[in-house]
Amino acid sequence: MSAAANTEPLRVQTDVLVIGAGGAGIYAAIEAARAGCDVMLLDRSLIGRGGATVMAQMTVAAALGDEAPDHWTHHLDDTLAAGRGLCDPALSQLLCEEGPACIREMDEWGVGWARKDGKITSAFAPGHDRPRCVYVDFLNTGPAVSKTLRTRVHKQKSVTRSGDLLVVDLLKSDGEVTGAVAWHVGSGAPVIISAKATIVATGGLTRLYRRNSASSNMGGDGYALCLRAGATLIDMEFVQFFPIGHLAPRLIGMDPIMWDPFRYKLGGRLLNGAREEFTHRYGAPDDGRYVITRDMATYAILQEVAAGRGSPHGGAYLSFEHVPEANLREAFGPVIDRLAENGIDLTSTPVEVAPIAHYHMGGVATDPAMRTEIPGLLVAGEAVGGANGANRLSGNAITEALVFGRQAGRTAAARAQGMSRTATARPSPDTLALFGDGPAGTPLNTAGMLERLQALMADEVGPLRTRDGLARALAGLDGLQAELGSRPAGTGAAFDMARLDWYDLRNMLAVARAVALAALNREESRGAHQREDFPGMLPEWTLNQTVRLNDAGLALGQTPVPTAEARP
Amino acid sequence: MTETATLNIWRGDDRARGRIETYDVPFEPGQSVLDGLRWVRVHRDPALAIRYSCINANACKECMLELDGETVYACTARLEARPMTVAPLSNKKLVRDLVTEIAPPAERFAPKDE
Repeated sequence: MSAAANTEPLRVQTDVLVIGAGGAGIYAAIEAARAGCDVMLLDRSLIGRGGATVMAQMTVAAALGDEAPDHWTHHLDDTLAAGRGLCDPALSQLLCEEGPACIREMDEWGVGWARKDGKITSAFAPGHDRPRCVYVDFLNTGPAVSKTLRTRVHKQKSVTRSGDLLVVDLLKSDGEVTGAVAWHVGSGAPVIISAKATIVATGGLTRLYRRNSASSNMGGDGYALCLRAGATLIDMEFVQFFPIGHLAPRLIGMDPIMWDPFRYKLGGRLLNGAREEFTHRYGAPDDGRYVITRDMATYAILQEVAAGRGSPHGGAYLSFEHVPEANLREAFGPVIDRLAENGIDLTSTPVEVAPIAHYHMGGVATDPAMRTEIPGLLVAGEAVGGANGANRLSGNAITEALVFGRQAGRTAAARAQGMSRTATARPSPDTLALFGDGPAGTPLNTAGMLERLQALMADEVGPLRTRDGLARALAGLDGLQAELGSRPAGTGAAFDMARLDWYDLRNMLAVARAVALAALNREESRGAHQREDFPGMLPEWTLNQTVRLNDAGLALGQTPVPTAEARP
Repeated sequence: MTETATLNIWRGDDRARGRIETYDVPFEPGQSVLDGLRWVRVHRDPALAIRYSCINANACKECMLELDGETVYACTARLEARPMTVAPLSNKKLVRDLVTEIAPPAERFAPKDE
């Protein structure tokens, strides 16, 4: 018997349970606590360290209008245009309308947005009609946002923070979510958390792909948790690839997304293997001004590579050779030295870049109050689907984390305060079996399985897709699922990596299947979903695909894109 | 060009009863010690316990360990073509292998009575 199976689950209770302590989760916790609730803020890793927020080196979009006139309706227009007709306008509006208030609150909390002449300054980013993106120098936006939120949540005495708690399943009673059951990675103990409201703020799914820009915790846990709890996922086929992720030479200690702020500030030229500009061939001239949207740039680079005109490592060159060193220093100061430590001198050599899995537009279906259709279950941040349609505008991810987090905290608090008692969450015997001993026999190579899953998704469900490739992906996922089995690997002792990987694979395989099924069914090309066998956007596909879990497995559905008027 | 690093890795869940396991790890110059440890998990022993989130960006600060007796981040220390000894932080409570309890006390799970 394992230690875990011998241990009675530990039990705790709270008003509001927040799963995931990145930007969205921490803001939700702060807001629910300010409304007077007890909050339990969990993370599978360490609080405020393991999410995507801390890694964001780039910018945050909000129509502040400090330096030059702007209005949230302009930001909304750009967000809807980038979304290629699939945004839920009510969610997009929430993001754009309330973004400035969250940015200003972060400013009051001392995040340190870059300023010029005392005013918060904004950079121009692709897809925006004017400079609209705030940032913290140098390449420090995510760490500063994360640190500010961590410091702030420390001051909320009613928030309990617990790292190393991996949520295995949400728990339901009478059709409502009543909490969750988690594995305490640090000790191996199962933990049952009863809560009046539960907010899933676990981020996206980029870990499904071999090359990705986010942390290894972004394996789509929240999508899988919500699916199994009966919620609906939407737009799962739309995985955003960041076009200019660092490819070569090998660079350590830096986020592969770092070239984005370089381009905001300095332009930079995107060149093919023959050192020619090429994006104009795909209808999107860039001219060193960095105006091309992410979906278009990704498409152009991959087509150029497919035509045999890529850079040596299979991407494109990004060149700042024409930028004087003084300008590089002024824009990025100490970062230039960190590049030198990696043997990179931008004045004399271009770097190689290639698309890298970056963000997920799809996610859990929610109303503008961040409620899913399951009472007691809310979502926030990247876990939410619908605000960004088929392609997310640069700078909207952190804004969405802050705004949706705050809203989810507010709604969860209102629900909790309307309830007189906390129902005791009770796991089913099947759920408790997920904490028992694994099967006998040769242990699974769980780390190898994760790598195979990432290769399969990158090769067959990447930015350019075909029917045959997607069919191969689904067959490969079947094989991995059969290998994984239904009994968890390992013993469940403290930091048992086999057990940790098994829980992750269980979630990742479900989410990967949702992405592949939706991608196979959408026989057109739109935004981040490009079908080589169905080029071009079709009006009849201006709809959202849904994924639900029923007794037979995952089921696809379709729903009209909501109109702004349809939602109260 | 591929070179080989020899990683001598401390394994165990009890300081008094640990062991060193040795793995030859292929690498290209420029790769990190974390790259090497991740290679060991995929190709030699998936049970090797390490803590990391961000892999490469030195943003999460979770992969602290001792390399040849010095405290480093595994994601920024470079693999080299020589024997390298990797051990858990000696001043933190050991959890397993290279994982130690590094969370601030207020952010560790501590159940209260319901």
